[in-house]
Amino acid sequence: MIRCHDLTVSAGGVRILEGVSAHAPAGAITALVGPNGAGKSTLLSVMGRLLTPDRGQVTLDGADIATLPRRDLARRLTTLRQSTRIVPRLTVRDLAGFGRYPHNPGAPTAEDRRIVEACLADMALTDLADRHLDTLSGGQQQRALIAMALAQDTPALLLDEPLNNLDLTHARRVMTLLATRARAGRAVVVVLHDLTIAARFADHVVALKDGRVRAEGAAAEVLTGPILGDLYDAEVEVHEIGGLPVILPI
Amino acid sequence: MRADVLLAALAFYLVSAALFLTLGARGDWGFILAFRGEKLLALTVVAVAVAVSTIVFQTVTANRILTPAIMGFDALYILIQSLTVAALGAGAAGWSGLPAFALETTLMIGAAGLLFGLLLRDSEDLNRIVLTGIVLGILLRSLNALVTRMIHPSEYAFVVARSYARFNSVAPDLLWIATPIVALVTAGLLIGARRLDVIALGRDPALVLGVDHRRAAIGLLVPVTLLVAVSTALVGPIVFFGLLVSAIVHQVAGTWRHATLLPAGALIGAGLLVLCQTLFERVLDMQATVLVVIESIGGLVFLMLLFRRARA
Repeated sequence: MIRCHDLTVSAGGVRILEGVSAHAPAGAITALVGPNGAGKSTLLSVMGRLLTPDRGQVTLDGADIATLPRRDLARRLTTLRQSTRIVPRLTVRDLAGFGRYPHNPGAPTAEDRRIVEACLADMALTDLADRHLDTLSGGQQQRALIAMALAQDTPALLLDEPLNNLDLTHARRVMTLLATRARAGRAVVVVLHDLTIAARFADHVVALKDGRVRAEGAAAEVLTGPILGDLYDAEVEVHEIGGLPVILPI
Repeated sequence: MRADVLLAALAFYLVSAALFLTLGARGDWGFILAFRGEKLLALTVVAVAVAVSTIVFQTVTANRILTPAIMGFDALYILIQSLTVAALGAGAAGWSGLPAFALETTLMIGAAGLLFGLLLRDSEDLNRIVLTGIVLGILLRSLNALVTRMIHPSEYAFVVARSYARFNSVAPDLLWIATPIVALVTAGLLIGARRLDVIALGRDPALVLGVDHRRAAIGLLVPVTLLVAVSTALVGPIVFFGLLVSAIVHQVAGTWRHATLLPAGALIGAGLLVLCQTLFERVLDMQATVLVVIESIGGLVFLMLLFRRARA
């Protein structure tokens, strides 16, 4: 369980987060939703200790993440940011292999290799494993970055817009995989812009606007027309097609 | 680790070293090998120090067109020479050997420590450090210009001679101090090669993987400073050679892994320097300082990388 207490973050004199308190339960996918500039990516960065808040605290299973040694934290929590710099002369397998570093900074073991190959297969990257990253499309690079995060094999996963550049098939593949990991007891936090995807896969939703939490709770309770209308300053309809939710702006 | 790259780099160095030791040799082999061997060691130690420090510095700063020399080490070294001549006059010619080496190394490490310590205390912006180093270099050059105005013209020649890297006048006792320092620092960096790979990914990925990027970067600037200070105090300032070696090794090795880049860079750098010295001394029969030419080529490579980046 990840718990945020009263987080406040400023940058350049601008308040980005203002007293944000929220939680991401273990065994569930938590979606962070909200309009551009709502503070979703900042919140994710603070949760992953990539950014230090001006005020507030983040705990992971009761432990303040600010006090955890970096390597311990890296074994318990991984973060995939929205804009991760790609090292061009790196192969897909090399990149995914980095995920094992917190567990084993030395030469990769057979177990490390097995986990990396499994994550590459999960991301449908086995055939591309020896390709350099700069020869891949944006979507393939994104899948390679997700494979690295998965290879880290942590109880908590934070992913900022992981579906960026992904086609329909791979977006579904990633979300299904994250759902499987969540069912296995992990806390998965995902920043999502596609509300239909959020409605279909998320168990818990934190809705942010102007750096504050506007709503938090079960997906069915938060992803409603009135709440989303207020969140996005637009009329939003929630429909059901074939038993699955579809969220559309009007 | 790319064994094929390392073997090729080792072969290149060994061929260069063999040519340097044997080409045009006449007379007592015992004397020739001892004489040339000492010079070969000086060339190798300096090339390894410059190549390894440049590759690591580029990793830390995430910038392939930077060299640690840009931090103003060369300007500080030349200022020390000018101040020595200004203080001792003609007696500066006798100011050499271990005391001079120790003082120059200590001053350069002290200056770098002060720079990094002050700048990194409250900031993790490496670009700020690099820019400050460049400005510091300009300040030191200006101070040097002021000091040289006070030097007698006949003594100024001493400063000019010391302003270029030279291998003909390396004192053996200094070499025996510099060699283990460079070997130990290089071995230490090689042991931490995988950590360097993680740092090369950038700040956020390194943090996610459990490496405190800021602390690791500061920690790495210590061995880089030590290598540059030792190399500069040993033979004089070298600015662009590291850049040339780094560009070659990244091109040839085709990998980002430091377990390959560091030893391959050290071997290619040493092989290149030794081969060029052999060509200059034995084939072209020129006594000019080989590094003047190599530095010029390195400068051109720097411009090329700059233009390529601007186009990208």
